[in-house]
Amino acid sequence: MAKLNINGRTRDVQVEPGTPLLWVIREQVGLTGTKYGCGVAQCGACSVHLNGAVVRSCSVPVSAIKPGDKIVTIEGLSRNSSHPVQKAWAAIDVPQCGYCQSGQIMAAAALLAKKPNPTDADIDEAMTNICRCGTYQRIRTAVHMAADMNKKA
Amino acid sequence: MKTTIANPSRRKFIVNSAAAGGGLALGIPFGVAEAATQSTAATEINAWVVVKADDTCVVRIARSEMGQGTLTGLAQLVAEELECDWKKIATEHVNPGQNLAHKRIWGEMATGGSRGIRTSQDYVRRGGAAARLMLVQAAADQWKVPASELTVSDGVITHAASGRKTSYGKVAAAAAKLTPPDPKTIKLKDPKEWKIAGKPLKRLDTADKLNGSKIYAIDVKLPGMLLAAIKKSPVHGGKLSSYDEAKVAGMPGVKGVVKVHDNAVAVVADSWWRAKTALDALTIAWDEGTNGAQSSATIAERLKEGLTADDAFADTNNGDALKAIAGAAKKVEAVYSTPFLAHATMEPMNCTAVIKGDKVEVWTATQSAEGSLAAACEEAGVPLANGEVHKLDLGGGFGRRGGTQDYTRQAVAIAKQFPGTPVKLIWSREEDQAHDFYRPISQCKMSAGLDDSGKLVGMHIRVSGQSINALLNPGAIKEGKDTRQLQGMWKEPGDAQFGYSVPNLRIEYAMRNSHMQVGPWRGVNTNQNGVYVECFVEECARAAGADSLEFRRAMMQAYPKHLGVLNAVAEKASWGKPLPAGVHRGIAQFMGYGSYSAAVAEVSVSPEGKLKVHRMVLGCNCGHVVNPDQVAAQVEGSVAYGLSAALYGEMSVERGRMVELNFDKYQILRLAEMPKIETVLVPTYDFWGGVGEPTICVVAPAVMNAIFAATGKPVRSLPLKNVRLV
Repeated sequence: MAKLNINGRTRDVQVEPGTPLLWVIREQVGLTGTKYGCGVAQCGACSVHLNGAVVRSCSVPVSAIKPGDKIVTIEGLSRNSSHPVQKAWAAIDVPQCGYCQSGQIMAAAALLAKKPNPTDADIDEAMTNICRCGTYQRIRTAVHMAADMNKKA
Repeated sequence: MKTTIANPSRRKFIVNSAAAGGGLALGIPFGVAEAATQSTAATEINAWVVVKADDTCVVRIARSEMGQGTLTGLAQLVAEELECDWKKIATEHVNPGQNLAHKRIWGEMATGGSRGIRTSQDYVRRGGAAARLMLVQAAADQWKVPASELTVSDGVITHAASGRKTSYGKVAAAAAKLTPPDPKTIKLKDPKEWKIAGKPLKRLDTADKLNGSKIYAIDVKLPGMLLAAIKKSPVHGGKLSSYDEAKVAGMPGVKGVVKVHDNAVAVVADSWWRAKTALDALTIAWDEGTNGAQSSATIAERLKEGLTADDAFADTNNGDALKAIAGAAKKVEAVYSTPFLAHATMEPMNCTAVIKGDKVEVWTATQSAEGSLAAACEEAGVPLANGEVHKLDLGGGFGRRGGTQDYTRQAVAIAKQFPGTPVKLIWSREEDQAHDFYRPISQCKMSAGLDDSGKLVGMHIRVSGQSINALLNPGAIKEGKDTRQLQGMWKEPGDAQFGYSVPNLRIEYAMRNSHMQVGPWRGVNTNQNGVYVECFVEECARAAGADSLEFRRAMMQAYPKHLGVLNAVAEKASWGKPLPAGVHRGIAQFMGYGSYSAAVAEVSVSPEGKLKVHRMVLGCNCGHVVNPDQVAAQVEGSVAYGLSAALYGEMSVERGRMVELNFDKYQILRLAEMPKIETVLVPTYDFWGGVGEPTICVVAPAVMNAIFAATGKPVRSLPLKNVRLV
């Protein structure tokens, strides 16, 4: 039994305490935008925000979530895909297969929250999620574009 | 050509996840007839085009979308001939059971070999044009004027003489009743007149990839569904001996432990995490058979033997290469090797299956929808007419999700043991890495002779390695000759032709198989052969004291399209011009999938031997370009996939099993290592070539040749992580 605040809504879930947050989000809560890729915090497809910071939810046991912790998944990032990162992703046509993109977008949004004007080196350091389609070049361009949108906003 | 499709039973699978707390009511796109059933005002004009009352034109897509952009490209081609409003375009998938029931009206569904657009462009364009002719004729009939007096643009039909206008949505019902024109009599537009095709339009399938709402096969939810985790014999070819079910039977949520075929065991539970947890706790005994003794070393030894064995066949044998080399002023020799590689699609293999009576349905990600249907029905023991495959867009394909359909068979085998209950099988990443159909391992012995002037007088290429056809398509091997493994070195023009004139040339293949299963891996054999040929040509150029570009050009005069792309990248990369200190260039060209590719890489190697790839210029001539921005996206992706393989990719074998079972050991290129990519498209508009795969094969050799330029030492094996560069 755990109480989770996900996307601003509190939910009670019945799971074993060791269950990774990823699988609670996907299977108990029913939000499938957060993806399983590796289960060992390598690929980042499962990235969500925990109190504003990006975490790889496959490696966070639900028992580690404290009361009052705020979890945001891709579904809760914005209304109508209006977050600058989502808008930039659309403008650049970043996704190919799209499977890793929830995680990429969550990682980029967390980066911009921390560093509104990231350098290429900042992007290199923060954007470590795997994309097998190889959208990296467009991700870099789109992160810069999202930063510019924020400045103009 | 008129088809009527209705399958109301699919309605019951509409998903409602609100009960689970997600607050989202998700309708899984079930494909054909959905438009017709959702809105009574939708009219099917022909197999490819459905027009709705609000003028939305729904284009049916038979090929699979796995990120490569084929869905958007095919829609552009249909829309171009249909003359509809691109802003009102929608798409829907065709499922293979429907294709079968309608005598394969949608043709080939398999999506591999970079064929998605090039082998269906003609008939989908005719489908769009036929629909346009019928819609215009319907308006002409209504106004009682000749159709020749009407014009159409953006789905609006105009009769200029009388000032009347109507739209596709308004005449669709009447158009559908007309006799369709013979597609063969339709004159298609000259691509020079294209307004929708050929343009860098935005993809049609991006929006739901940005907010988590896109449903992949792994996300499918059905009422009462159970989840399965599976473990197959880690030794390929091994069998399941026994397992201790009692140990996990009482674990939370566990519904059963089942044997799958004779080589795997699955735990079925009410959630996947619980199924996996129980599977990990299960004690399993395997019968490894004799394959447990195999290793990378034993396989390498077998390949090495093949480099000089007598049983090779020569696919090309011009002049007398061996004699020419023996008598040459200068000889060059090298042995190259490339490893097994896993596809590592981001979405692991998965499939949901349900058996109800004598019917089987599956929901899966597949590059071969008809292969999935065949696999599901065969496994269920029912006729093809009793099965259906619901296609979900793939979270990566790269050749892994083709005709083999091992995961679909497993899912059906498990579902058979829970009749009436849908079961979703998801492979763990470890299972995915352990049971891939790997890119085949091979070695290559290269020999060449140069005359006094540095001109190549003879070349002998001997590939020794595992055959894909031997495992997956034995019928394609004629009289023991498997030419597929020599892809990119074929003498025939048009598909994967060797691009150099060498007076005495011998190209051979010795088949040396292992117990590991192999299959097509984005680019397939052009990748390995591109490395062998292009790195060795570089060695020859340096032995001749010639410039890498000029040495190639001199041998390519009979291959103008190969040469055209090579020249394009050389120009874009300012070949021959000075570079910043410490930066060096390498160049490569090769052909595959009907398209011509070339690359220039700019790299530096630190005194400690650390490699940095700064920039790559990629060139491609794919004939016609349906969407230049999406072609560029495929080229960029090819660099990431090819560079990842070159730097890190290796699946090694110990005690008969694969070693690198997750991304901690099977390292993948990350954003920080992605070089700046410039794509140069040089289409000649006189053929239809592929796009998804052709450019990968030049990535590794261009980088390896740049390393050679930087260090003065040739690199002859991959991945580079195992090679001391200085």
